[in-house]
Amino acid sequence: MPGDSLNRRTMLVAGTALVATAGSGLILPARASGLAPTPSMRGGSNNYRPGAPIVDRIGGGGFWMTGTVRRAGDGAPLPGQRIQVWAHTTEGHERDPQSHGATLTDANGEFRLEMPQIVPAFGQPHGHLAYDSGEFETVFLRPIMSSARDKTLAAHFVLQPV
Amino acid sequence: MPRPGVLAVWLALIAAIAVPVVVAGFSPYLAWRSPIYIAAGFAGVIGLGLLLVQPLLAARVLPGLTAMDSRMVHRWIGITLIAMIVLHVGGLWITSPPDVVDALLFRSPTPFSAWGVVAMWAALAAVALAALRSRLGWRFRLWRLAHASLALVTILGTVVHAVLIEGTMETVTKAALCGLVVFACVGALIRLQVWDVKPRG
Repeated sequence: MPGDSLNRRTMLVAGTALVATAGSGLILPARASGLAPTPSMRGGSNNYRPGAPIVDRIGGGGFWMTGTVRRAGDGAPLPGQRIQVWAHTTEGHERDPQSHGATLTDANGEFRLEMPQIVPAFGQPHGHLAYDSGEFETVFLRPIMSSARDKTLAAHFVLQPV
Repeated sequence: MPRPGVLAVWLALIAAIAVPVVVAGFSPYLAWRSPIYIAAGFAGVIGLGLLLVQPLLAARVLPGLTAMDSRMVHRWIGITLIAMIVLHVGGLWITSPPDVVDALLFRSPTPFSAWGVVAMWAALAAVALAALRSRLGWRFRLWRLAHASLALVTILGTVVHAVLIEGTMETVTKAALCGLVVFACVGALIRLQVWDVKPRG
């Protein structure tokens, strides 16, 4: 009977085997190969100024833009990638040059850039980020803060090699 | 000197519009905006306030005005509303052109933009219908139904637009004004029975 073949014992054996396989990493490459590149968000490139300088901090700081940069497919962290950031803040409009700056990802593919407090503009408290260095496909992000009082905002890039 | 009841109605109407405008004047966000951006925002707030007066004038429920007075004031406030829309969209365009282009092309990431743009076109169409009324030569009640339908779209679109925005308007006074605008609009439509397009016998 088919019911006999699917008893508690076979389930346990099959389940254990699956967990062991996943733990050994044999299943992981198949899943990682599906890591899709991040698409650009609508309005992400608005008021973009190409070539924002790499800075220690935009303006007086007090707010943190954070995130990660990984490669599409295997999900490997990408160090040394230039991420450009701009927003409407307490120190300027999105279009103002002093509202723009860039930073590089560290060895873990993470970035953190201090900047002035983002304030709601055009109806939402939001920031803009760009990857536009050529090695990977260009991506523009426009993350929204869950509260205008937030002191940090995160955005994550999965980049597609050109 | 107008009668106390008449005076009270007008003072209440002025307060209903002025209080949200004044409270918005204390918004902390104003400190971080250019004068043009601030003007564009207030043009929007005042435009929303005018949408409270228009249905009351159309329904001729404001005391102390003859039917002819109501019509004339309704016409001038309609023209002022268009001026506010032009200031609102124009000022935002100067502040951030790509955001306004996205809104006008219905590809903005912000959901309130499309509501605002629909309301803008409905308002312009309602004014165009009013300007062309004699030239069109439509029967009055058909014209009124068309004009009122466009006004309804203007009001609902504007209210949703305003409620979804995180901007200079304070949330309680914004919700109160939006509620009054919708109440006045629905009340006027019912009072005038705009759906009744049978010729007057």
